[in-house]
Parts: sequence; C-alpha cells; structure tokens
Amino acid sequence: MSVARSLPHDAAALHVTGTARYVDDIPAPAGCLHLAFGLSNIAHGTLTALDLSAVRATPGVVAVFGPDDLSPMPDCSPSAHDEPLLGGPAISYLGQPIFLVVADSHLAARKAARLGQASYDEKPALLTIDAALAANSRFEDGPRIWEKGDAASAIAAAPHVVEGVMEIGGQEHFYLEGQAALALPQEGGDMVVQSSTQHPTEIQHKVADALGVPMHAVRVETRRMGGGFGGKESQGNALAIACALAARATGRPCKMRYDRDDDMVITGKRHDFSIAYRAGFDDEGRVAGVEFVQYARCGWAQDLSLPVADRAMLHADNAYELPTARIESHRLKTHTQSATAFRGFGGPQGMVGIERVMDHIAHHLGQDPLAVRRRNFYASGGDISAKKKAAGTTPYGMAVEDFELHEMVAALEGSSDYAARRAAVADWNAANPVLKKGLALTPVKFGISFTLTHLNQAGALVHVYQDGSIHLNHGGTEMGQGLFQKVAQVAASSFGVPMAAVKITATDTGKVPNTSATAASSGSDLNGMAVKVACDTIRDRIAAHLAETHQTVPRRVHFADGRVFVGDADLSFAEAARSAYEARISLSATGFYKTPKLDWDRIAGRGRPFFYFAYGAAVTEVVLDTLTGENRMLRCDILHDAGASLNPALDIGQVEGGFVQGAGWLTTEELVWDDSGRLRTHAPSTYKIPACSDRPAVFNVALWDGENSEETIYRSKAVGEPPLILGISALMALSDAVAACGAPYPALDAPATPERLLAAIDRVRA
Amino acid sequence: MTNITLTVNGKSVSRDIPDETLLSEFLREHLRLTGTHVGCDTSQCGACVVHVDGKAAKSCTTLAVALDGAQVTTIEGLANGDLHPMQEAFTEHHGLQCGFCTPGMIMASVDIVNRYKAEGRTLTEKAIRHELEGNICRCTGYHNIVKAVESAAAKM
Ligand code: FES
Ligand code: FES
Repeated sequence: MSVARSLPHDAAALHVTGTARYVDDIPAPAGCLHLAFGLSNIAHGTLTALDLSAVRATPGVVAVFGPDDLSPMPDCSPSAHDEPLLGGPAISYLGQPIFLVVADSHLAARKAARLGQASYDEKPALLTIDAALAANSRFEDGPRIWEKGDAASAIAAAPHVVEGVMEIGGQEHFYLEGQAALALPQEGGDMVVQSSTQHPTEIQHKVADALGVPMHAVRVETRRMGGGFGGKESQGNALAIACALAARATGRPCKMRYDRDDDMVITGKRHDFSIAYRAGFDDEGRVAGVEFVQYARCGWAQDLSLPVADRAMLHADNAYELPTARIESHRLKTHTQSATAFRGFGGPQGMVGIERVMDHIAHHLGQDPLAVRRRNFYASGGDISAKKKAAGTTPYGMAVEDFELHEMVAALEGSSDYAARRAAVADWNAANPVLKKGLALTPVKFGISFTLTHLNQAGALVHVYQDGSIHLNHGGTEMGQGLFQKVAQVAASSFGVPMAAVKITATDTGKVPNTSATAASSGSDLNGMAVKVACDTIRDRIAAHLAETHQTVPRRVHFADGRVFVGDADLSFAEAARSAYEARISLSATGFYKTPKLDWDRIAGRGRPFFYFAYGAAVTEVVLDTLTGENRMLRCDILHDAGASLNPALDIGQVEGGFVQGAGWLTTEELVWDDSGRLRTHAPSTYKIPACSDRPAVFNVALWDGENSEETIYRSKAVGEPPLILGISALMALSDAVAACGAPYPALDAPATPERLLAAIDRVRA
Repeated sequence: MTNITLTVNGKSVSRDIPDETLLSEFLREHLRLTGTHVGCDTSQCGACVVHVDGKAAKSCTTLAVALDGAQVTTIEGLANGDLHPMQEAFTEHHGLQCGFCTPGMIMASVDIVNRYKAEGRTLTEKAIRHELEGNICRCTGYHNIVKAVESAAAKM
C-alpha cells in the first residue's frame, strides 16, 4: 500500500534542481506582453480626471486601459459582483487598481504605471472598525446573531464574571510566489489561462464573464503555486481577467505578476477582529454563559467575508462546551484592501476569543489555565460511545461526538512535562525580576467542511494506458501542502502499483469541471475520495474482465505490488491493462464525491455544518525581557490529530509550518496603515515574518495515533488549517509571562509585538 | 547596452544587455534559468540566491554588468551528474513544501557549509539558524530545513 507512507513531496526532485515550473517560469510564446496596474493614491473619493498620456508615450507600452475604456467593467468578485477590475469614478481603497498598462516588458509596464496623473475629489475614509461602526458601514443588513439558551441570565446568576475587549490584527499571506497569470489566446476567441490560483474554476468563470463567452471557451490550468494560504482563493481573479482582456485586445499572450510591494498593497489579507466578551462562571472556572460580539474589518468589497465571519462564530466555542452562549457578528465595510481567506478562514480569530476568556477566567480565580480549560472541555468521544456521558452540543446545535482532547491533552501534558515546567517557570519568575517566563497549553478543535454546503463536492479523471501507466487528474490544486502526492498515493494503492506508475498532472478545468477551491482544508478529503472512486471503477472493470477470462469471480482478483493475481494466475499490471484494452474495456473513468451528513442553515445558525472535527494541542514556553518587550520561544511541544495519516511526513510538515505561521500572526506580524489609509508595512523590511531563528529552540511535533471516526479517505483527517491555530499557545504564553509582572490581568492584544508587551507590562505594574 | 561575458554553470555566455539588468533577470529572462526565483526584489527573502565566484549572492540586487568575467552557479548547475548532498538532504528531510524558497535555501546553505569548512569552524544548529536569517520560508516553519542542512553538512 502506498498510503500511510512518508514519501517526499511529489515535486521534490524538481524543486531541489530548480526545474519545477511556476507560472512565471513557463516559457511564454514569442511576443508575450506584460501587464501592470496603476494604483489609486487615496483611500476614498471620486476619480475626477485621469491623464494617461505620459503612460501611453512611454517606450515599450503597447496599450493602456482606463476605467472608461472597458465597458461593461469586468467584475472580479467571487461573491457579490462588487469588485470592478478598475476603480473609478468611485475609489474604495488606497492601492486600488485604476488603470492597466500593457507593455513589451515587465519593467516597462511597471515604470509606465507610475506615470498616470489622477485627480480626485477626496472624501473621508473609514479605516477602522470603530469608524465603520459609527457610520454603520457594513455588509449584510445588521449583525448576525446566534444563540444557545439565555446567556445573559446565566451570566447574571453566575458567581463570577469577567469581561473585556481584545484586538486581533490581520495577517499578510506572503506566499513566497506572488500572484501571477498568463493568458494565451486561442483560435475562435478561446482563451487558455495559466494561473497561480487555488480556484481554477473561479478563474475560468470570471474570465469567461469578462470576455462575454461561455465557460467552455476558457480553459484554466494550474500546476502549482509557490504558497497560497487562502490568498490565492479569489485574489488572482484580477490578474487573470486583466491578462485575458489584454490578450484578446492585442491578439498576443499576456502575462502579469505582482511585485511584492504591489502584491501587499493591492491584495486582501486576514480579517482583523475586535472581540468583546463577557463570561459568567463558577468557583472552578466552569462557564455558565458567554457573550461575544465579534467585529470583523472586511475592507471595501464583500469577497469571502460573510463565510469568514460565519466561521469565526462557528469557532467561538473552540474545545469548550458552553451551556449558554450568544454570539453577535458585525461585518464592517471599510476603505482598505478587501480582507479575504487566510488559513483558518476566520476560525482562528473566533478561537482566540474563547482562549482569551479561558485565560482571563483562570487569572481571575488564580488557577492554572490548563485546569480551567479542561473543566470546560466537551465530553470525551470515548465516554459518549460507552454511554457514560451525553454528547455536548455546540452553540449552533451540532453534537460533538468525536471529542479527543481529554486524551490528547493528557498525553501532551505528560510528554511535555507540563506540571514540572509550570513549577520551574514559577520558580524562575520568583527569582528573576527582568526576564520573565511564560507557559501555556492551548487546544484546537476545528470544523472540517465548507460551510457553503454545495462546495463539498469533488471530481477526478483517471486514465489507465495500455502499457499500465496511469494518468491522474482531480480538481484540487497543489500549493506545497503535498495534496498531489497524497492523492497519488491513494491512486497507487487502489491499483496496487508503485508510485512511479502514476503521473500527477496539472489541475485543468478542461479535465475536471465545476471544482471548488482547494480550501477549508478539504483538499485530500474531497479529491482523495473522488480519485479512489475513479480508480476503483477501472480496477473493478479490469477485475471483472480477468475473472471472466480466467473462469473465476472478480473477488478472487487482487491488485498488489504492480501485479494482478487472478485465482492461481499472476500477471503484471501492464499485461492486465493490455488485456482489458484488447477486450474493448474502457480504461478511463471519472470519480465523484460529495461529503455526507451535512445540513446547515447559516441564517438561523443551526445544524451540522461540519462532517467532523480535527484536533490538536500545543504547549509553548517563552521568555520575555520586561525592559524591552523582546521575547523568544524556548520550547514548543505539539500533538496533532491527522486521523490515520495518508503521509505522516507531509502532515508533520503542515503542523510545523502551520504553528510557526500562527505564532507569527499573533506575535510579530503587524500590519500598519497610516491615517490616509496607506499600508505602511508593504515589504518584508517592515512586515516581520518568522525567520529561521524565530522558531522555538526545542520543537517536538508528533501525530496523535488515531483514526477518523467518520468514513474519510483511509480514515485520515484534514490537516491544512488546524495547526495554524496551535500558534495561540505562543500568545497565551506571553500573556502568562506578563502576568508574572503584577496582579492585574494583562489583557494582551495581538499581535503581541514588543510595544504591546511593554504596554501590557506597564498596565499590570501600575 | 553593454556586452558581458561570464561563465554560468560552467558554460561561457556572452550577451549585450541594458546596464540596469539585474542578475536575476539576466538568468531568468536572457538565459531562461528559471530555477532562480524572485520573492521580494529587495534583497530580503533569499529566493534568488546564486553563487558568484563561489560565494552566495542575492541576484535580485546584483547588476549583471558588474559580473563580466565572473563564474556564476545557479541551482540548475549545482548537481554534478548526481544530486549535490544538499539537494538530496532537502528531499530526504522534507525541507520543502511549495518549493519556491528551495533553490535559494539550497544555494545559501551550500555557501554556509563551504564557509564554515574553509574556516575550520563547526556548524552548529544555532549557527545554521543564524546564517539562514536572510532566507524566508513561509511554508515549512524551518525545522526540516535546518535538519536537511545539518545532514548535508555531515556529508559535504
Ligand atoms: S528576491 Fe532577492 S532576496 Fe528576495
Ligand atoms: S517551501 Fe514554500 S516558501 Fe519555503
């Protein structure tokens, strides 16, 4: 079996030799043109005049399109048709594209894009959550509210209450490969687009709309991305549309890639949130009721903000059974980049909210936060199936039946030596006035499935050639997560052939149609199943044929080790394929899968939005210099649940990378806009992504030995997003270190930069 | 326009290029050696690292005309028939995910190991972390990258 093996990434051999091709590496045909956007210089107002004569006069420029040159103006939105390709007359954020330059080189296009002369009638811009609230500027009519029981009464009746507000910053994706697209005009007005996208079908759909042609006239191909993290779910639409329009207008291939600064200034990021909370609890820290008000800064266009904000609400409980809860969510419209999908999709923000509540409760009672967290956990899945306990329900009414965190946290507590280290940290802090240490264990329970239920489907196309080699295609995209390798392992297992027999091919809307974005961690769950269905169909046809020729029954035909065993006979897989071909048996099949059991009403906030939950827990220890706010992660221990992993090495890679990315989000990665709405942190010089020396000095990562209780592909679990949320342990460890400086609760906001840490230290010392 | 002649991956190449041509652009556009990636254009991410006369250099901020007569090695030229031990180690230790940082990481790491060997210094885990500060990886969390460099260093 090829599954459950730690094979390297499918393209590792290409990556280490520099021969893996990203969009900008694909040899473009002669005469390829290059595109760049000219950007607005104000955040809000009206474009009153746009003089592009200097742009047009620049040597190398072939064509220039302003807002008046495109009619109708193409739309780039994945949801609400509210994202014109070019802004104007209305300007909605600083950095919004307002004209498009087509030139014979990338550099010429970029230089010319700086020469547009725009005049504006500038209006006051809404840049912050508070400003948007005051102006009642929002998506949807009013807040979305979900309730479980009567939280207000439960809090009023509780012996203790804590309340507060927490700011949680956004996050730049910083996929190392910037956004890129290449459009190749075809005969009869057709278009082929190479795009660095998590969502080829969406690119196909938006390009077809922009060109005014049916989707069948556009084919989109994506072999790989140099990172995506959600930032390539919708943010590539503008580039693909621009390239396709320019390709049609000029009849020549057109390519566009954003330079890093443009990428950061133009594209959306993780939603920043402000979360107000009030919780009532008993002397042991057991929660009686919680109220959350979540404010999400969505930026100028709707994009994916509604499902992102929904997912924040859906994770407001994280691992804790809340007897009563009220969750209110405001989706605020501001004159900033349109916030978009980012690994976790709002879930992490919702979970930071409840982890903050747990931390605050423990501080209020003077108890160990881990003990408080545990007392509030959902009932263990083991106890539920043994009928010892009833399943708890989430605030949206879904029974939590597969809860594993009691067992996982106990294991991690032991392997990380939590109790002894808790005592050692206390001793250290008593003895050291300047350097303070902090320790925190935080759990993760993350819901797996798209909350827009119809997206939970996938298709695959598999061919077996007469020489026994296999062509594999499915709707998922590869962004480094190892999806292609995992799915190829599934295919190789179905046919019992070595991995080398399976050719992994680029995602192609001409092979598998109507795909969902590779998002919501669902890539291997959905595509692995679809591929298995396709492979099993072909395998069963071969088996039926061989059973007939060998006068036996199909169940006596076995596929293993590159051979096919038929009763007592034994032939190579290639011989079997050849025999089936000659008997006129079809060796090509599609596969289709849709996730079962889902039933969700997002307006009411009731039902079962998720097929299952993925779990994990992390313990992080930090040391904080209380004079400067500088800090280090000393050690991190993680136990993560990937079910029966399809490829443990790839999954551990996701966990390590996810944790570091999550810790970066909550500690060093700070986005700063100035008062005019200009993003001031638009390069790695000012925006601090974790570097090699920032990862914890001791970093122990293990996978939980278990299998998915639901019937997923080989009982594995999704692993893309959940580990990012383990990074909360770094924030809570810093909070713990600050708490060692004085009696009041630190109330630490995120990202916990040295400045914020110093402010918090001042607060607790005051 | 200036004519430059230099050796790239062991082969002599001669081209007339605009004076402002960056080495990264020269390699990618003029020679079609696209294994050298550009992640930031501003000398901060390390995706574009190549060797110039045996030392690591960020090609996104190196002018090609300044390299007349130089020896340049890119990721495509690192393997000498067999994979270089660093390339093998990155594969074996899963030191890559999306792979975009990989060519720069490998070229920088080879330079680090060579330098430490030449100076007779031991390359500790801590030193590797410190030396790789100028190479950003957004995917892996660096753990496997450091493991790969340690393992390759033992074989180089
Ligand atoms: S592209 Fe040269 S350092 Fe980033
Ligand atoms: S593997 Fe993606 S940036 Fe390093």
